[in-house]
Amino acid sequence: MIIGLDVGGTHTDAVILSKNGIEKSIKVPTDPADLFNTVLSGFTQLLASIDPGQIRRVVISTTLTTNAIVQQTMEPVGMIVSAGPGIDPEFFRTGDHYYAVAGSINHRGREKAPVNEMQIQDIAEKLKDAGVEYVGVVSKFCVRNPSHEILIKRILNKYFKQIFLGHHVSGNLNFPRRIATTHLNAAVFALHKSFFEAVKKSLAEKGLTVPIQILKADGGTMSLEASMHFPGQTVLSGPAASIMGAIPYAPGGQDAIVLDIGGTTTDIAFLVDKAPLLEPVGIQRGRYKSLIRSLRTDSKGIGGDSALRVSDNVLFIGPDRQGPAMAFGGPLPTPTDALVVLGLMDTGDREKALAGIHTIAQGLGLSDEAAAEKVFKTCCTIILKKTFEMIDQINSQPVYTVHDFLEGYKLSPQKILLLGGPAPYFAKKIEDLYQIDTLAVPESAVANAIGAALARTTCEVSLNADTEQGIVTAHEEDFAEPISKTFSEDDLMETAFNLLREKAINSGADPENMDEVEVVEYQKFNIVRNFSPRGKIFRTKMQLKPGLIKGFDKMLHQRGNHAESNA
Amino acid sequence: MLKAMHKTGLVFFPAFDWAIDPTHPEREERLLYTQDQVTEEGIFDIPGIIEYKPALATPKDIQRAQFCVPDEETITTESHLISAGGAKVIADAVMGKEVQNGFALVRPPGHHSMRVSHGGRGFCHINIEAIMVEYIRTRYNVKRIAIIDTDCHHGDGTDNIFWHDPDVLFISMHQDGRTMFPGTGFPGELGGPNAKGSNLNIPLPPGTSTEGYLYVINNCVLPVLEAFKPDLVVNSAGQDNHYTDPLTNMNFCAQGYAQLTTLLKPDIAVLEGGYAIEGALPYVNLGIILAMAGIDYTGVVEPDYNPEKLKQSVSITDKIKKTVDQINGFWAQRLQLRDAAGTPGELQVRHREIYYDTDNIFERQKERVRICRDCGGSFEIDSRAMPGLHILGVHIPINACKTCIEKGYDFFESAPAGTYDRIYLMDRPKDSYHTK
Repeated sequence: MIIGLDVGGTHTDAVILSKNGIEKSIKVPTDPADLFNTVLSGFTQLLASIDPGQIRRVVISTTLTTNAIVQQTMEPVGMIVSAGPGIDPEFFRTGDHYYAVAGSINHRGREKAPVNEMQIQDIAEKLKDAGVEYVGVVSKFCVRNPSHEILIKRILNKYFKQIFLGHHVSGNLNFPRRIATTHLNAAVFALHKSFFEAVKKSLAEKGLTVPIQILKADGGTMSLEASMHFPGQTVLSGPAASIMGAIPYAPGGQDAIVLDIGGTTTDIAFLVDKAPLLEPVGIQRGRYKSLIRSLRTDSKGIGGDSALRVSDNVLFIGPDRQGPAMAFGGPLPTPTDALVVLGLMDTGDREKALAGIHTIAQGLGLSDEAAAEKVFKTCCTIILKKTFEMIDQINSQPVYTVHDFLEGYKLSPQKILLLGGPAPYFAKKIEDLYQIDTLAVPESAVANAIGAALARTTCEVSLNADTEQGIVTAHEEDFAEPISKTFSEDDLMETAFNLLREKAINSGADPENMDEVEVVEYQKFNIVRNFSPRGKIFRTKMQLKPGLIKGFDKMLHQRGNHAESNA
Repeated sequence: MLKAMHKTGLVFFPAFDWAIDPTHPEREERLLYTQDQVTEEGIFDIPGIIEYKPALATPKDIQRAQFCVPDEETITTESHLISAGGAKVIADAVMGKEVQNGFALVRPPGHHSMRVSHGGRGFCHINIEAIMVEYIRTRYNVKRIAIIDTDCHHGDGTDNIFWHDPDVLFISMHQDGRTMFPGTGFPGELGGPNAKGSNLNIPLPPGTSTEGYLYVINNCVLPVLEAFKPDLVVNSAGQDNHYTDPLTNMNFCAQGYAQLTTLLKPDIAVLEGGYAIEGALPYVNLGIILAMAGIDYTGVVEPDYNPEKLKQSVSITDKIKKTVDQINGFWAQRLQLRDAAGTPGELQVRHREIYYDTDNIFERQKERVRICRDCGGSFEIDSRAMPGLHILGVHIPINACKTCIEKGYDFFESAPAGTYDRIYLMDRPKDSYHTK
């Protein structure tokens, strides 16, 4: 049996799954001020009357880091960045303890200006005096050559206990995002470490000693040990959990839309042949941009509890929430009240819902029924419009080769999977309005916990081979080996596969769930100087795709079909 | 906060899978390090910088600018069509006011490709700026356009396409043709009889540095633009004036390119040549992008930049000043020069010989243009390529007067049958193209 636990903003959901499907599911309120006790009480309820010895896997998703960012309770971090030619690094300042230093590496990974060791020692003293404990070091183009970061770390080692290096964060280029991401890892490290060490200890006391896996924003898992180096990857794992929970019901070989309709927002994501689409570079939310691998999600400020208002005969929905629906004692009418008025939902106080919708109906000059219908239809239309905009955006993403331009994949979803409380009511309406096969995911209330439980380990490696310089590197993995002039594409792929496998095992992957390897990117260039060939550059990215571990989803899918016929 | 002062659109299409041949300068790797640099700088994350996906240019787009022999499909590959299509996408973004300006970082380039194209010349098969400019004129009804070609080679293709057009100001500043392909672009080359002075060619001596380039911009290009009052300024942004370029002998630098862009304020920039792919392009392109977006570019300096070593000699400075004075003189007298160029109504004949270095073709042309004071004048080009076809191309300009439209049809209809393999008519007022 396996366990998935997802700490959400208001509720914490947890499930135990066996090969037969859901054995047990629970829901406890989240106490944002004490996430540790929230997690603990979740496990206590879940494990009551269950033998912990039967549990083979535990996956936890929390809002710990997300909250720390939102509430700005992160540790102060010293950042040392070396930029070389380009945009002024002052633009990427992370806080008070931010130092741009000498040293420059170019795009081929060649040193153009050295590190000034005295300067680094000076900064180290200053940081120490300011009481800073955690330091991040990022140099431009460190993914081509991390030697400056390594040298700076060596100088800093005697001053600080934990130093985070930019080249470990990602194999992708993007200096400003690398600075932000390295800073985040350093800033939430202490919080993440103390939290999960406490969780691990408490679970051990309950007799649960299997290795704990942590859910990441890309819908994959990593081991507790691996997470200590990259705690930032746990940010926004909540939406990822829900999306993964929809996968058992997704059509194979086709594209699908996942809509998670919550209280105030609806999260939108996409699946291609049961695999979620990823952000091309990393998580971005508003001004905050990172290199953290993440599912491609966006949200629209419309949910079951969005406030309804009418102004000059025009209906406005959200984006705020003033409380629950009036049917459940809230102050303003909401889309949920519309569902109650239409008789689609038979819970809550219909009288109160009707009173709320009546004010809207008067403003619009419609009957109560017609106003409720209009609210419902408008919600569907706004959510779907945003969804189609995202599809257009994905399909107009720039490409860099003639081949991709002519043959590039076009996303064209043929199914919608709905999650969240109001999902069952919305499914039929959306299907009627848009003529797309729409399914409310069964057990949608705990789909997030199911998603966490079933998510398999993911990881990615980036390799760069340069036969002119005679070296193949994957600096993110601290890997560099000499190569000969005859190094080929096959050699590159073999090297990449071995590194990926090793990384996956170190991140806690189960060897039988490691067959979904994908070459994300492959490029080959001749290096020519003065009209004669000097060598070749090969580049590749290989990943273990996000997806579900084997053996558990079949039973869920059968229940899904069953539920669909009942709907 | 880092933010673009001017909303800037970018099409970045490095065509990582296309080359003329494996060791040719125009090959897959050319924009690789530029892509690395702009990606590492996080350019596409900057608010106000918008990346667009290129589109495919159509044969119809090309037929507004060029006679492709035997046809568009035969002399182009998809890469050429995406390159021209990328420039079109930027044009739409700028003209549709989605962005204030835009830069098409596309390859292969186009500025050596002429009105008649039998194949590849100077790595160019079709003229991407000319195709874009004609698209803008037809689609958005823009009348006066200035094209400033800052590639190190004379933009002879663009020069040729707008040779007779008084509404398109073409200025090329380039390394002296006596020292460099294509061997043309001297101050006396001022445009056809109906458009004298609307083509300005400014040859610069080998060794010209930033000081010289900016002198020409400040003392010639900007005053001419001020007088011409274009509705749109296009920059053919070649980057081979760089001090590390393997094909040229100039001493320009990334800071200089950025300053030039700030001074010129192009609405649209289109990448042309530039073959110092590792030491120059990453920094020059970054500098141009930042300058267009109005972001501080003072930190964009090549690692090996040494201004002392690149200083131009006094004699070079003097030569440049003399050339600028000469050009300004021609510009001031442009209307008198047109009057003196011929009698309205007569046909003026010009013979040309053109060598296609990329495809090894030799072409002989006989061109007849109607002298006209009311429009650019219709003309016909009798062109024989060896190896290749013998064709006649007739062009009726977009703002043609009634007489010139009639003359254009007369050229087309009276062409002796049997003499030519193909006869083309480009009717710009009707936006139509005929072949017989």
